[in-house]
Amino acid sequence: MIVRYFASLREHLGCDSEDISTQATSVDQLITELSQRGVIWQELLADNPRLQIAVNQQIARRHTPINDHDEIAFFPPVTGG
Amino acid sequence: MKVPVKISVQTEDFDVTTELKRIGNLDSTIGALVSFVGLVRDVNDDQIIKTMTLEHYAGMTEQALHEIAQAAQERWPLQGITIIHRVGELLPSDQIVLVATASRHRHAAFESADFLMDYLKSKAPFWKKEQTPDGAHWVDARESDAIALSRWQDKQNSL
Repeated sequence: MIVRYFASLREHLGCDSEDISTQATSVDQLITELSQRGVIWQELLADNPRLQIAVNQQIARRHTPINDHDEIAFFPPVTGG
Repeated sequence: MKVPVKISVQTEDFDVTTELKRIGNLDSTIGALVSFVGLVRDVNDDQIIKTMTLEHYAGMTEQALHEIAQAAQERWPLQGITIIHRVGELLPSDQIVLVATASRHRHAAFESADFLMDYLKSKAPFWKKEQTPDGAHWVDARESDAIALSRWQDKQNSL
C-alpha cells in the first residue's frame, strides 16, 4: 500500500511517500497503526481533527475501507486558488 | 451536450487574452464570457510575502478540477470552462489561477465562475507556503472559504 503525505504533514513527518504492508482494512485502522510510530505521528494523524484523507485520489473518511492496492494520502485542509 | 473543458495544472504562466479568445471562439452561441484571475499578494495577514510556493497532489488535482467543472455544467447552461492553476514558486503579482466560463447569457457565466472558484479553494488539493522575512509557513485554510462554499450547498447539485 502506498501512503503519501503532503504540505505541512510531509514536512513534519519527514516523509512524502512510503510503501508499507499493513493488515489495516480501514483508514482509521491505518491511522492507529501509523500513530504508534511516535508522538508526532499521533498528533498529526490520530489526534488531528483537521486531517484530510484521500483513497485512490478521492476524498475519503476515517471509516473508508482500504486494501493493499490502494493509494492513501494524508494532508492538511487545502489552500489553493 | 458535452461542454468543452480545459483543465491545466502547470508551472508556467498563462496568457489571459489567449485563453479568453480560445474559449470565446468555441461556439458562436456564446454571448457571455466571465474570467477570474487570482494573483499573489505582497502582504498577507500583515506579513510581507517574498515568494509563494504552491504544492499539489498530481493526479488527484486534475481529477478534482474535472469533477468541479462537471458540477458547474450540471447547474448552469455553459458552453465552455477553462481552469488553469499554477504550481511551484511564484512572486508577488504573479498570476496563480484562471477560471473562465462561457455561456449564452451573463448570469450563468458570472455565477458559475464564482462557484468554480469557491469549490476550487475548498476541494482541490493545492497548498500554499509563504516565504516571509521571518521565515516560511504554510497558509492556513480560511473559515471564510468554507462559508463561501456553503452558499452553494443548500442549493441543488453540490459536490
